[in-house]
Amino acid sequence: MMGAVLAKRGRSSHILRNGGFVALPLISLIWSLADPTLGRELLEWVPYLASGFMMNILIALSAMTLGTLVGVLFGILALAPFKLVRYPVAVYVQIFRNAPHLVLIFATTYIFPFEIMIFGTYLPFPDWVKAVIGLAIPASAYVAEITRGAILSIPTTQWEAAKGLGFSRNEALRWIILPQCLRRSLPPWMNVLASITMGTALASLVGVHELLHAATDASTAVRRLDFTVIAYLVVMTAFFTLCYPISHLTRRLEGRFNAV
Amino acid sequence: MRFEPAQRMTLMTTDTKTALVRLEDVHLSFGRTEVLKGIDLAVNKGDAVSIIGPSGSGKSTILRCINALVQPQSGRITVGGTRVDQLTGESERIALRKRVGIVFQQYNLFPHLTVLDNIVLAPTRILGAGRPATEKLARELLEKVRLSDKENAYPGQLSGGQQQRVAIARALAMKPDLVLFDEVTSALDPETVGEVLWVIRDLIREGMTSILVTHEMRFAEEISDTVVFTENGRVVDHGTPQQIFHTSGNPRIRQFVGGFSGGRGEIRDGESI
Ligand SMILES: Nc1ncnc2c1ncn2[C@@H]1O[C@H](COP(=O)(O)OP(=O)(O)OP(=O)(O)O)[C@@H](O)[C@H]1O
Ligand SMILES: [Mg+2]
Repeated sequence: MMGAVLAKRGRSSHILRNGGFVALPLISLIWSLADPTLGRELLEWVPYLASGFMMNILIALSAMTLGTLVGVLFGILALAPFKLVRYPVAVYVQIFRNAPHLVLIFATTYIFPFEIMIFGTYLPFPDWVKAVIGLAIPASAYVAEITRGAILSIPTTQWEAAKGLGFSRNEALRWIILPQCLRRSLPPWMNVLASITMGTALASLVGVHELLHAATDASTAVRRLDFTVIAYLVVMTAFFTLCYPISHLTRRLEGRFNAV
Repeated sequence: MRFEPAQRMTLMTTDTKTALVRLEDVHLSFGRTEVLKGIDLAVNKGDAVSIIGPSGSGKSTILRCINALVQPQSGRITVGGTRVDQLTGESERIALRKRVGIVFQQYNLFPHLTVLDNIVLAPTRILGAGRPATEKLARELLEKVRLSDKENAYPGQLSGGQQQRVAIARALAMKPDLVLFDEVTSALDPETVGEVLWVIRDLIREGMTSILVTHEMRFAEEISDTVVFTENGRVVDHGTPQQIFHTSGNPRIRQFVGGFSGGRGEIRDGESI
């Protein structure tokens, strides 16, 4: 009886949540079908919007790759036995974990030159790369915290067992501690991924051609109020479609790990 | 009540040439707590020595000193030809730990690895042994601890007694000269204590030099060459099991040993495992 009620509530909330997943695209579709001129206009702009969206994905993946590499390293260094290593890392993490992403994107955009000299040749330093760095910095700070927390959450008896077998600190970390951290840090890492992915829209403010920027271009060109509304609806839908599965998967993983 | 430390000289009579492990006047403090107050101990190659005594008397700390997990403030510790107390630097301590196996009360298996990988990890990564040869060794060891059917299981899927037997196999895979057992049955359900003691008894019969901290008095009496009674960071007395368990004139030891009479630690032959 109780079980049935609970199951039913579980199912209806499930439908509600996944309903959101189809509602947004559905609204855009119905609306554009209702007014054929609007639909045609939108269809014309879709490739342009899509190219912008590819940029969001590119920035998000690059920033997360860079942020994860640096973050894991910093998370390990944050527990190093030397104060000289530990303190600067702790300062870096605290500063950039609490800095607004937009500020960092502005900072990297205006601090770095538009081209850099490598081995005597000038290479362009495009704005999207600066945005990647601007987002990789907070990502690395979050990942460093996640890594540090995960390492600390492994019982000291694991270190002791490793030591007793003749593992050095680094070997124990590599073969025994970090593999166990992977599982624990996956859900929080995916939260960072979702947050950084949404943050890529900020790059539009420094002129990077990404989805939000593309939508603004489109609405300026078309100059129709209903088109503007639907263009931004498409932007929302695109981000939702990208981020919702990530957060959904995160919740499921968290549930699974908590159950173990 | 206070007792004098055991007569140091009698312990020294063990032939220097065959003593694999020797502690002389070892003092150790954690901060301001004095934990070891002059420990003397000698273990011959192939012998089994049991350390018994009340909780907090420093038994675990003695074992940790022997494989350099902690460093005493003074005294001499010799393992094989190595002066453990004089080791400087991580690499020297690691070299020692490769030769001295340790098994803990809480088994401490690596939960992310299968039983086989738990055993194979250290020899392959630390000693640089080849994977196929190490797997073969691991399977032999699993057979020895009677867990051949569990090589692909994860630690979480095993009972406490099974996990502890894997931990023993893991220590043996390093082919140590000596194994330290720190209350390895204290965390186990009474039903599974026997299966672990069986394995240890087999090992000792094969001549593995062993130092056991244990509360299993019957077992200690059965398998030990020497029994050492510690209290308050000192060795109160040592001797054959007969001397410690039955003819000791020390009222403290009699009281301690008596408190365990009729207790666990018995293994009946033919007991199913
Ligand atoms: N790392 C440490 N830091 C501070 N004190 C410690 C540390 N390890 C052990 N001690 C203290 O040293 C004393 C002896 O500890 P030890 O673990 O060697 O005793 P034990 O004889 O093994 O006891 P038990 O039977 O409870 O395992 C205890 O009072 C304990 O609180
Ligand atoms: Mg102890």
